[in-house]
Amino acid sequence: MRSIIAAGQPSGRHLFKKQAVWPAGLVLLVLVIVMISPALAPQDPYRLIVSDRLQPPGAGHFLGTDHLGRDLFSRMIAGIRATIGTSLLILTFSMLIGVTIGLLSGYLGGLYDRVFKRIIDAFMTLPDYIFAIVLSGLLGPGLINLLFAVIAVKWVGYARLVRSVVLQEKEKDYVALAILGGVTPLRIVMKHMLPHTLGNVFVLAALDLGKIILMIASLSYIGLGPQPPAAEWGSMLNEGRVYFNTAPHLMLAPGLAIMITVLLANLLGDKLRDQFDVKTRKEA
Amino acid sequence: MLRSIGKRLLELLLFFLLLSFVSFCLLKIVPGDPVRSILRVDDVAVTSEQIEAMRTQLGLDKPLFVQYGLWLKQLVQFNLGDSYLTSRPVFSEFTEKLPYTLLLTAGSLVVMLLISIPLGILSALYRNRWIDQFSRIFSLIGSSVPSFWLGLVLIQFFAVRLQLLPPMGEGSWRHLILPSLTLGLAMSAIYVRLVRSSLIESAGQDFVTSAKARGIHPARVFLFHTFRHSLIPLITIFSESIGSLLGGTVVVEVLFAYPGLGKWIVDAIAARDYPIIQGYTLFMSVFIVSINILVEMSYRWINPEIALKGKIES
Repeated sequence: MRSIIAAGQPSGRHLFKKQAVWPAGLVLLVLVIVMISPALAPQDPYRLIVSDRLQPPGAGHFLGTDHLGRDLFSRMIAGIRATIGTSLLILTFSMLIGVTIGLLSGYLGGLYDRVFKRIIDAFMTLPDYIFAIVLSGLLGPGLINLLFAVIAVKWVGYARLVRSVVLQEKEKDYVALAILGGVTPLRIVMKHMLPHTLGNVFVLAALDLGKIILMIASLSYIGLGPQPPAAEWGSMLNEGRVYFNTAPHLMLAPGLAIMITVLLANLLGDKLRDQFDVKTRKEA
Repeated sequence: MLRSIGKRLLELLLFFLLLSFVSFCLLKIVPGDPVRSILRVDDVAVTSEQIEAMRTQLGLDKPLFVQYGLWLKQLVQFNLGDSYLTSRPVFSEFTEKLPYTLLLTAGSLVVMLLISIPLGILSALYRNRWIDQFSRIFSLIGSSVPSFWLGLVLIQFFAVRLQLLPPMGEGSWRHLILPSLTLGLAMSAIYVRLVRSSLIESAGQDFVTSAKARGIHPARVFLFHTFRHSLIPLITIFSESIGSLLGGTVVVEVLFAYPGLGKWIVDAIAARDYPIIQGYTLFMSVFIVSINILVEMSYRWINPEIALKGKIES
């Protein structure tokens, strides 16, 4: 019996040993960059030197200056924290909420599941982008409100995913045996259900990261994000668009930065999906 | 089949009732006073008597549930109240803006189909050849570019440098090209890969092999067996992404100063024009849910198997 119960675990163990090493390393690296980024800025990203306004990229200012004479390169670096940091924070909270609700809903079943399923379905029906725009608009512009609005639309994907995996998994023999063997429900959920969902959750998270970055950039662009003088890539684009003709570097730098970041996140997501999803791997 | 649709409609009704209540309450608890924002439009000093009078006029002095009841009663008569800003009925403003957004959506769908179907078919037929690599890179870059940024680059290139197309506003079909291209390019980045993988999966099905074995012309097999079968996942994903398509129109409409629903809602949010925000949220949800139901019914038509077995597990 012990061996059958253990059959529920290998993929979980495996996950933490081999496949997750380099993505985890990468995430760690990004976190470190986000943490130390303010120290990397060569100049104060908020200091105004109006006489230096709209300078093209050159010796004094690596990426030039913006319409208020602030050093663009320093603002880009400050933007790392605002853009990627916020996205990672949103992702973490969405995962925590979604996975918890998914596990509860799937494992407890019955009335809980019906209630949670209704809520999940209701959220799935709402168009995420529009809901986020309306919500952050109603809460008022600002980084914190933006955070709430995006979490409110993003958690539901994880809840639905985790719920469906748990529903499948809990029908298996090893779970019945574990229950017979007197394993507590909490332990079954944490030791057997959770590891089975993590592969899928990480794939979804990696693919979501790009979408979240694009979403907060879009919301910032239409003026719902962090307010000036905050340096966030989306709002920097918003500020720079007026000067597109005279100073195109104001649009190029944040735009390319967003693009490259999202590109890397998407590549990571594809890579993870190939590793975890057997079906796709065979097909490719 | 009729019974299942009836049950679905009943569920929907309940859902909309809940949605209407939530959207009603949400607007009541958010910060910002509509009365002040209406009066602020006139840009004169506001007295407290004026505020009280306006509050009574709008019915904002009644209890919350009474307000909800009144609002719901008007709702079933398609009366969502008047816009605070323009004092015109929300519904007529909505019907005025809707065609613009539908046009833009249709335009971007055309762009998406024109790019993703041929490119997807070619990369499925010539797997791992240069065309496949090209579509892979296209889709990677396309799904990573912020749509508004792409739009700005397109404006800069086609409108400012080459002066071929108008940069903003509306008026002729030429105004539609750049916004449609912006949205369509971003969408096709996703669909190229989906068309490809869906085709490859369909080509491996038994009925395709058997059709080939029966000596049916390869082009016919491709069109009526492989391609038809590959449509189902595409339609599912498409119906799921309608929401983000409409969300995409918001940003693109703001960028191109295009007078559709997206610009309408952003302006309304900025002005805290509650009736418009409520109306927009409700209309959009109804619209998207209706599309989802249509899609669900179209499965039965595309794939007879589902009509026999009942609903696909969602």
